Amino acid sequence: MSDLESFREQTRAWLEENCPQSMRWAPRKRGNPALADDLVWGGKKQTYPNADAKVWLERMAAKGWTAPTWPREYGGGGLDKAQAKILSQEMSAVRAKPPLIGFGLTMIGPLLVANGSEEQKLRFLPEICRGEIRWCQGYSEPGSGSDLASLQTRAVVDGDDYVLNGQKVWTSYADQSDWMFCLIRTDPDVPKHQGITFILLDMQSPGVSVQAIKLISGASPFCETFLDDVRVPRDQVVGAVNDGWTMAKALLGHERTMISDAFSESSERNQLVELARTYIGEDGDGKISDQVVRDKIAQLTMNKVCFDLTVGRTKEAAKIGQQPGPESSIFKYYATELNKDRHSMMVSVLGPQALGWEGEGFEQDELDVTRSWLRSRGNSIEGGTSEVQLNIIAKRVLGLPE
Amino acid sequence: MALILNEDQQLLKQMAGDFVKNESPTSRIRQIRESGDEVGFSRELWGRMAELGWQGILIPEQYGGLGMGYAEMACVLEECGRKLVPEPLLSAVLLGGNAVLLGGNEAQKSELLPKVADGSLLMTLAYQEKGSRYSTSQVKTAATSAAGGYAISGEKVLVIDGHVADKLVVSARTAGVVDDPDGVSVFMVDREAAGVEIVQQTTMHLRNSAIVRLHDVEVGRDALLGAEGAGVALLDDVIDRATVGLAAEMLGGSLEAFEMTLEYLKTRKQFGVLIGTFQALKHRAAEMFVELELGRSAVAGAAQALDSGADDARALVSVAKARVSDLAVLVGYEAIQMHGGIGMTDEHDIGFYLKRARGSELTFGDSAFHRARFATIQGY
Repeated sequence: MSDLESFREQTRAWLEENCPQSMRWAPRKRGNPALADDLVWGGKKQTYPNADAKVWLERMAAKGWTAPTWPREYGGGGLDKAQAKILSQEMSAVRAKPPLIGFGLTMIGPLLVANGSEEQKLRFLPEICRGEIRWCQGYSEPGSGSDLASLQTRAVVDGDDYVLNGQKVWTSYADQSDWMFCLIRTDPDVPKHQGITFILLDMQSPGVSVQAIKLISGASPFCETFLDDVRVPRDQVVGAVNDGWTMAKALLGHERTMISDAFSESSERNQLVELARTYIGEDGDGKISDQVVRDKIAQLTMNKVCFDLTVGRTKEAAKIGQQPGPESSIFKYYATELNKDRHSMMVSVLGPQALGWEGEGFEQDELDVTRSWLRSRGNSIEGGTSEVQLNIIAKRVLGLPE
Repeated sequence: MALILNEDQQLLKQMAGDFVKNESPTSRIRQIRESGDEVGFSRELWGRMAELGWQGILIPEQYGGLGMGYAEMACVLEECGRKLVPEPLLSAVLLGGNAVLLGGNEAQKSELLPKVADGSLLMTLAYQEKGSRYSTSQVKTAATSAAGGYAISGEKVLVIDGHVADKLVVSARTAGVVDDPDGVSVFMVDREAAGVEIVQQTTMHLRNSAIVRLHDVEVGRDALLGAEGAGVALLDDVIDRATVGLAAEMLGGSLEAFEMTLEYLKTRKQFGVLIGTFQALKHRAAEMFVELELGRSAVAGAAQALDSGADDARALVSVAKARVSDLAVLVGYEAIQMHGGIGMTDEHDIGFYLKRARGSELTFGDSAFHRARFATIQGY
């Protein structure tokens, strides 16, 4: 038996024995897995309504498998690519939920592994792996949305510290987070991209205050974060001073991939068709009785097929070691526009049953459709607006003049 | 899955692209139109395509072909589509050749396919009638029993390359009423047979086409392709395959029209600046690029599905044809608009691409037809 085969056998046996039943997906999972309420984001404010979630996290963290490919000395699993793939396959096979999710594992962690100082790695990575700290991202500011590099929050050196003043906005879950990674202007006298530094900030620091933002959907996944004379030790800079834009670009690209990934999950069933059968009806042959609705659903479904095939092209190229082609530049734009169209169509299909906000006369599923539709309108704004994406394609792919 | 080209396919596409660029610039189709050339293509060039093996790409090796698939055929047709190449690949190979390959018995296949593969036999499919739109069961043409076989009467329209085809594959009703899915049979008819009348048609999109009138044309039993009365399934299978070929051609035409337009945006000045600096045009160009990439994926997905015999092949054929139909028309419209006044002139080539785009859209089903078909296949 090869090493990999025996690794697979051992992994399978260990998962079978150690993954609690309640931390396995039901046979037909539905919806966005990130919304499942027993997933663990970690951090000091994490609660465990399901005690198994904590057990599962601790067992996996002890193996280093919350961050399978990170080096063992930083709390990771030290697995190579082939082993990590096997772990992922075997977790799917037992339908294991991820033991830990969040920006620590997917964003700041990988950046620290690649660009952090040795001290930073030893300080932060093990805590991330064990789910002890939760991170938020402090990029956008009230005056800096699509034009992120115009950000104004300032850092001034004072002894061994920086002193930060300014305001961040759209910080996802800042009210739940322990640390923030943020972009701060450290030199106002150079071109805007060159005076920005990537800084790690303890949310408990004096001078940090957080206020939740209520969205049109009624939910509050984002916050405003105010920084008033916040002192940050200078060793909490990642990469070089004034080289923060380089760090940010790496992460932004990653965020766009994550957003399009979230919308590109293939579903076994067509939710729009099911809703149309329920709310509009079908004829004797099982066809949706409204021809226009049927046509629109077919259009949206075909759009999704074409998008999935396009992602498939990039994945095939990656498998044989090729760089992503120009097609990858369309992912964020198209996935988010498609998701908006799909949610908009669901509201149309529900008709008057989509008019509920809360209370009587509406099923929970109906209220969810309406709230999700409202939330979806932000998809083409967050992480780079659709218009910015089109600008990027026009400039970088098509070479159109400035 | 194989949605991206392997090295051999890339090489084939490169060679096809070079061949088309050198031998068949878009000016050819203009010359053919101006000269009123009745053949409408070059037999010499057709012979050289045969030397490259293009006619045999889809034909199994045992019948003298290369035994390759739709991924390879799409490589060649995409390049041909770029320059609106008029040689009859679509009719001879994807329609006529496929009718024999999918419907023929061993004797028919071994007699005819080698001639399709070497380019010496031109075949085509005559299935459309006036008013039948995209249906294969709307057949008024009738085949009645006659001594030793059948006698066929009726009229077929928009028969692609019908003006030059040596053999016409004709759908005719042997039983049932006009739109009955059963009772349609498929026959091979020689162009020289008594009672065959062929009239060349002049099409907006410069696709060589003809009306085929059949006046009591007698054929033998061996002219039947597949089982009597089971023709609709055969026709649908043949047209599915030709649809993927046409979609590849449409993708090529869209790419060419897009690149011509992009070049125009980078060279044309108004108000003292290049018009490509205007964001109103940049965003529309970027949106076309998005559609082109999705269209490429759709064509690759359908070709791959046919090559692997996937269960969802028919659904993916509809996805591809719907997608590239909308794509080609979008690019055609935007190309004219962005070229401005010069784009409206007959002198500029860009108009050919809009006309071909709409002509191809309305061939083998437009996007609305394919959305409805897709929904039906998916069970809603």
